[in-house]
Amino acid sequence: MSISLDFSLLLREEYSQAILKGIATMFELTALAWLLAAAVGTMLAIVRMSNSRLGQAAVAAYVEVHQNVPMLVLIFLWYFGVPGLLPDEMQRWINAHNSEFLFAFIGIGLCMAAYISEGLRSGIRSIPKSQLEASRALGLSYLQSFRLVVLPQAVRLALPTLVSHSVLLFKNTSLAMAIGAAELTYVTREIESQSFRTVEVYLFSTLAYLAVSLLIMGGGAALEHRYRIKGR
Amino acid sequence: MDDILQILRDNGTLLLVGQYPHGPLGGLAITLLLSLFGILLAFPFSVGIALARISPFCWLRWSATALIYVVRGVPLVMFIFWVYFFVPLLIGQTVTGFTTMLVTLVIYESAYLAEIIRAGIQGLPRGQFEASRAVGLSYLQTMFKVLLPQALYNMVPAIISQFVSSIKETSLGYVISVNELTFAASQINSTLLTKPFQVFFILAAIYFVLCLILTQLARIVERRIAERRNGSRVTPAKPVTMSRATI
Repeated sequence: MSISLDFSLLLREEYSQAILKGIATMFELTALAWLLAAAVGTMLAIVRMSNSRLGQAAVAAYVEVHQNVPMLVLIFLWYFGVPGLLPDEMQRWINAHNSEFLFAFIGIGLCMAAYISEGLRSGIRSIPKSQLEASRALGLSYLQSFRLVVLPQAVRLALPTLVSHSVLLFKNTSLAMAIGAAELTYVTREIESQSFRTVEVYLFSTLAYLAVSLLIMGGGAALEHRYRIKGR
Repeated sequence: MDDILQILRDNGTLLLVGQYPHGPLGGLAITLLLSLFGILLAFPFSVGIALARISPFCWLRWSATALIYVVRGVPLVMFIFWVYFFVPLLIGQTVTGFTTMLVTLVIYESAYLAEIIRAGIQGLPRGQFEASRAVGLSYLQTMFKVLLPQALYNMVPAIISQFVSSIKETSLGYVISVNELTFAASQINSTLLTKPFQVFFILAAIYFVLCLILTQLARIVERRIAERRNGSRVTPAKPVTMSRATI
């Protein structure tokens, strides 16, 4: 088996444009899905730690569903299943506005929200209950004590888990290719089938994914070091 | 609801076993076979990688660490495509989608299982290692007769969770048309055309029930082990079930 590598093909106008677009879509999808996951995950964690039995049960069910069904299946359910349940007008609007990207973003974001809420919850649980009671006694409201006292500490404790989930979220944006969202994996596959330069194209994308993942891990480690709680 | 029952009546066997016995096996049966063989075949490799990762030789340590970071940093889909293109080149003949997916899962799971086993070994008190070396066992004897049996026992819940992950990972076989559960459902969807939500809801429900049973099992085992370990001085390693990282 002899392979002579020729990466110059990736610089050709039509391919380089496609790859850059794919990378841009990948980052967009990662950033938006991460924001959605962080926002929903935080809300879920707060509800889970509240006194409402109903709220706790609902969050527990949400988490179980999203952790026990493959993300690809959830994306399919959103992309193929949900539009049919919506009114016609909304369907038309969605189809006109890049529905592949939209549902990949929703599917990935809501699924990772379950993981993030579990990570935050275990962080919150390691903050002594007396902290919440003390800040309540000082006159802060329930949400204020969470935002100002509990969460800043819990996030730091949960940081290693949150970082590994961020890497996971980034890697899983590649699943969007299954519904035809033109992110990096999708573009890679297209270029491969047009050019037949399998090794070059896949090597490039694999290294791109690896580089970003390592950057996220490295950044996470730096954050952990910067914000560590001294004396713990 | 009627739709769902109707789809299950018409296509239930296709989802469970594919075309079998009149054609190739498929559906849930292939999903289970893939994940089971995947994790069983990955097991010996993962023990090797875990031992390499904590070995006294730096070149072994570094190469094991590099392998683990590559697996942790590259999407599973990319691995599937690499195996899909290069295993046929390497062995000089075409392979089935099943084999492609199995090879990918073994590579992927070996790295994740190795990290679990390493955490298990490092969660044991240092005294275990020192004591067995002091009574005259060699390094490898210490590993295989003293540390690994305890580490594996403590890590059973985490290993079950990893099995759940591998079940979920088999869904990506869809991408290269392996005839597993997700692929079967998407075929049913494209013949019915009008009931996408119901079809994919059934698909999600099957995965949910299967994986939920296994995760609950992992939790029960975890509690049992924690209770047993409470009497002795061995601190059980951190529960890993919570942070199972997966697709």
